[in-house]
Amino acid sequence: MNTEILGIVAMFIITLLLSIPFGRYIAKVYHGDKTLLDPIFNPIEKLFYRFSGIDHLKEMNWKQHLKTMLIINVVWFLLGMLILMCQGWLPLNPDNNPNMSPDLAFNSTISFVVNCNLQHYSGESGVSYLSQLFLMFLQFVSAGIGLAAAAVLFNALRERATDKLGNFYNYFIKSCTRILLPVALIVAAVLVFNGTPMTFDGKQDMTTLQGDSVQVSTGPVAAFVAIKHVGTNGGGFFGANSAHPFENPNYLTNMVEMIAQMIIPFAMIFALGFYLKRRKLSYMIFGVMTIGFLLLTVPTVMAEMNANPAIHQMGIDTSAGASEGKEVRIGAPASGYWSIATTVISTGSVNSMHDSAMPLSGMMQLLAMMVNCFYGGCGVGILNFYIFIILAVFISGLMVGRTPEFLGKKIEAREMKIAMIVALLHTLLILSGTALSTAFSEYGASTLNNPGFHGFSEILYEFTSSAANNGSGFEGLGDNNPWWNITTGFVLLLSRFLPIIGPLAIAGILAGKKHVPESAGTLKTDTSTFGLMVFAVIFIIAALSFFPALALGPIAEYFSLA
Amino acid sequence: MKTQNKSLFQKELVLEALKQSFVKLNPKILFRNPIMFTVEIGTAVMFFVCLWILSGEQSQGSFAYNFVIFLVLLFTLLFANFAEAIAEARGKAQADSLRKTREETPAKKIFPIGDIYMDEITVVPSSSLVKGDVFICEAGDIIPTDGEIIEGIATIDESAITGESAPVIREAGGDKSSVTGGTKVLSDKIKVQVTTEPGESFLDKMIALVEGASRQKTPNEIALTILLAGFTLVFVIVCITLKPFADFANAPITIAAFISLFVCLIPTTIGGLLSAIGIAGMDRALRANVITKSGKAVETAGDIDVLLLDKTGTITIGNRKATHFYAVEGVDEKRFIEAAVLSSLADQTPEGKSIIELAGVDPGFQVKNSVFIKFTAETRSSGVDMDNRRIRKGASDAIKNIVEKSGNHFPQMLADQVAKISGKGGTPLVVCENEQALGVIELQDIIKPGISERFERLRKMGVKTVMVTGDNPLTAKFIAEKAGVDDFIAEAKPEDKMNYIKDEQMKGKLVAMMGDGTNDAPALAQADVGVAMNSGTQAAKEAGNMVDLDNDPTKLIEIVEIGKQLLMTRGTLTTFSIANDVAKYFAIIPALFITAIPALQGLNIMHLHSPESAILSAVIFNAVVIPFLIPLALKGVAYKPIGASALLRRNLLIYGLGGVIVPFIGIKLIDIVVSLFI
Repeated sequence: MNTEILGIVAMFIITLLLSIPFGRYIAKVYHGDKTLLDPIFNPIEKLFYRFSGIDHLKEMNWKQHLKTMLIINVVWFLLGMLILMCQGWLPLNPDNNPNMSPDLAFNSTISFVVNCNLQHYSGESGVSYLSQLFLMFLQFVSAGIGLAAAAVLFNALRERATDKLGNFYNYFIKSCTRILLPVALIVAAVLVFNGTPMTFDGKQDMTTLQGDSVQVSTGPVAAFVAIKHVGTNGGGFFGANSAHPFENPNYLTNMVEMIAQMIIPFAMIFALGFYLKRRKLSYMIFGVMTIGFLLLTVPTVMAEMNANPAIHQMGIDTSAGASEGKEVRIGAPASGYWSIATTVISTGSVNSMHDSAMPLSGMMQLLAMMVNCFYGGCGVGILNFYIFIILAVFISGLMVGRTPEFLGKKIEAREMKIAMIVALLHTLLILSGTALSTAFSEYGASTLNNPGFHGFSEILYEFTSSAANNGSGFEGLGDNNPWWNITTGFVLLLSRFLPIIGPLAIAGILAGKKHVPESAGTLKTDTSTFGLMVFAVIFIIAALSFFPALALGPIAEYFSLA
Repeated sequence: MKTQNKSLFQKELVLEALKQSFVKLNPKILFRNPIMFTVEIGTAVMFFVCLWILSGEQSQGSFAYNFVIFLVLLFTLLFANFAEAIAEARGKAQADSLRKTREETPAKKIFPIGDIYMDEITVVPSSSLVKGDVFICEAGDIIPTDGEIIEGIATIDESAITGESAPVIREAGGDKSSVTGGTKVLSDKIKVQVTTEPGESFLDKMIALVEGASRQKTPNEIALTILLAGFTLVFVIVCITLKPFADFANAPITIAAFISLFVCLIPTTIGGLLSAIGIAGMDRALRANVITKSGKAVETAGDIDVLLLDKTGTITIGNRKATHFYAVEGVDEKRFIEAAVLSSLADQTPEGKSIIELAGVDPGFQVKNSVFIKFTAETRSSGVDMDNRRIRKGASDAIKNIVEKSGNHFPQMLADQVAKISGKGGTPLVVCENEQALGVIELQDIIKPGISERFERLRKMGVKTVMVTGDNPLTAKFIAEKAGVDDFIAEAKPEDKMNYIKDEQMKGKLVAMMGDGTNDAPALAQADVGVAMNSGTQAAKEAGNMVDLDNDPTKLIEIVEIGKQLLMTRGTLTTFSIANDVAKYFAIIPALFITAIPALQGLNIMHLHSPESAILSAVIFNAVVIPFLIPLALKGVAYKPIGASALLRRNLLIYGLGGVIVPFIGIKLIDIVVSLFI
């Protein structure tokens, strides 16, 4: 048991140690400083910019940034719909998988464009290799969009009054080439050496030990799995995601994939500090996030290790922890750790069945996505956290008798309005989606495998996962039908773009305001006291508003079990 | 005003506030406060639920239980209304005492023929006076309205406004020419020109402000209302969606429970107290004898980064006094002193008077055929011309300029003496006759005791203090160091002040200043918080956004604290209100579902008696916490200059942690009482 805990600690510490220098590197990339990869990518980018006619040096204001971002995404969406709905006729389809239905294509494309990867299909039978490759491309660019948006935020937080906040194309391309691509390459290489397939051949015939002949799906898996984690996308090549032995062959790959998905969210926090030359601010943010993360992780790992008391009472040995729905090669603690890591950051890849997790673990997974800003997804995590900083700054500014200001910019009614709308949106989408699905049982409840509290958790999880742009499934519900495809599709869209637009609008407005120099009366935002304040705001807004819903799902289930 | 009882709840005020609490139930009025308005809707729904039960409905629980919930909600509203009403009543009482002084007084109006005002008096009511009219006031008259003395000098009793019983002198010309309506002339006779239209004087504006008639929400209040409305909306969503959730779990919820949950979760505590806090802030300013033109000005005061203070009267006691005459070598000391006295006879400044005092000459002494040359900020010297004598007295460099311009030598010994006096913190005044330097008069300043502690306090608040003085840089530096100000502007001309303010504002800082003279007006207008002295000119009062009735230059420090208190009270009560939700959740959520899902008993960590008692206890707590906090809202949270982070820690501990713990105890206690009846 102890080695399993050590494994978890090692995964966390290695990620942390790697992410600090990586954060410094990211800050340099966005700052436009010289970096190691310039000789390779500069000529390629130059060619691309000349070819496309994009002026990547033109400074944009926040509205132009948002417009550019939305246009890029519309292009991906249209292209994605086209490819998925026509994949049966297009090349690279050795297994002859059929075209996708329009509602499934709608849901799938959106979920990949928004860095969520909800996947109401199964990779083996649902998509062709061409589609897989395009989806892999989306995994890069959707993460790139999130990172670029965060880069705009970094730029806006600098100490000056301006509306010129860099160029979106520049941030976007650099995010893909300088940050995502190199890390993905390394991860893919490790996966290939550990047995993950990387081929364009179709299904392979194999004879099992029992002598049966089976057809085993393969494909360009290693590349896909690498970016699925590095870009905090989480969409698996196969239906079973990272529980599948081809996607995640052994404990080492499990560690690498774990580190791969957390490194950029970690590094972005440190990058903020390096970029603004405010490292203490980074430490405050990282501290708050880590405390939140631990509060979610520790009970989960403990619940998974303690196993199900009901099974224990049946006289079955549960010393290995709660083993239902888990891979033996990974084990209960590491699966529990993964389930929280993948939900706090918006990866949503799974290496165990969340539906089978203990009720308390299920609640922690839900809470992780309800909060959605402890580390968070590529770039967007920090954007979400920024909203809570704004709210916390406002309240604590009042508490010390000063009109609230953050990094020298005064926060007024307009910014509060935007921050409040974004904070509200998450609650609204999750609760109203779940409410509709429970109210109209012919759509929602009838697709459930489980009745009662657990069934309620399954519905709640599906909408929480969509609203958090997470993409993991609690599963246990038949989600490939028009109701789920369309409702979650819209939830995905709204919950992806409004939480990017909102923080960038606030940052853009604040960037244009006069900079107020610090004085002894200024509330310092890089202290543990302020960190506590942010944590309290997150707890009360993000966690407490879900308390009634959680009480009817996992909490009721937990008490019924105990 | 000072005679007023300081007790928070006077009987007549409470009675008036109680009446207003019911008047304010009018949805049209309550609509201004979105949080309490939603509570009112909830209350109305409960009223109909009660009727529904009376008509035979069985599913909603007993009539008594529902009716009690209805009553508690009604009281929640009344308590919130009462908080606002008592704040308004206190403001009104304050305003009324001001207004008493301005009841119809007869005005002795005089009319001009051509440019000359005749002495023929027409008695008219004060309300008929318009801007530009001229009236006469003699000993014993009440001054009918605000105005500026155009002729004469008088002692005036301003105690009706300031509470200060010592009479003050007001005279035509200069910076002490303005008189306030309602004050009483004790001696002499003055001609006063009306400076405000009826109903537009400062007091009228202030009365309207505290009475709430023209009270507009300040930007900060708007931002906070948005935050609170946001919280309210979150809980609207939580409560509405709970209905299908509960149905799905086969745990039906009664309407009373729904509304109770909602009312408990939304921030009613701060919602109910918000406007009271704002009114109380202005009221506190008024109690400090400061009239504010808007609530925003009080708020801004809390944010001030830079404070411009005039040296005289603020940092030093009163005025400089002449302490020594130093004649130039080779000049007869008597001749020098004579010249000094002659140049000061017509000089009504305290410095001038102190020179005559030092020389031991009778101030009534008159010299014929003399033309007094007034001091101007440009020449920075004054003097007298008589027969063939041109005597000038002024700052060293100004006189040096005069002397050297005409080709005369400015003695080195004099320059040394000037530097010596300045080095000691004194002010040298050089005298010259017919462009020949005679000597230097030493004026000394006395720094107010305790003033450096006040500056230290300001520094801890993060406010930079700047001393403004007409002194030369050496003197200024000496006094600045001695008094402990952070910076100084020496040899300040009016535009220097203005430029300093603009510079600081360019750097993003908020600047406050106090002034009284007409030449201060532009700077007062430019400053973010400009406090004009009541004794100052009308122009200064128009330009500033506050008027200090006590003419006390250190008042700015109090104003800054009042501003901070106002924001802090809002912040801490918001935190308290939101932190309360934790306990309320733990009271109500188990109560909602326990019947249908007995397993959720595990959430009932307070071990409340029954679902009904739990819900009742939560709403009762929610209601009674409002009146408990009214005194805090009215008095404001105490500001301590201990640094922002320490202050946040302190307030977070008291109001944040306290806000989590108090309701747990409160709800449990109420539950124990309630369970006796159920």
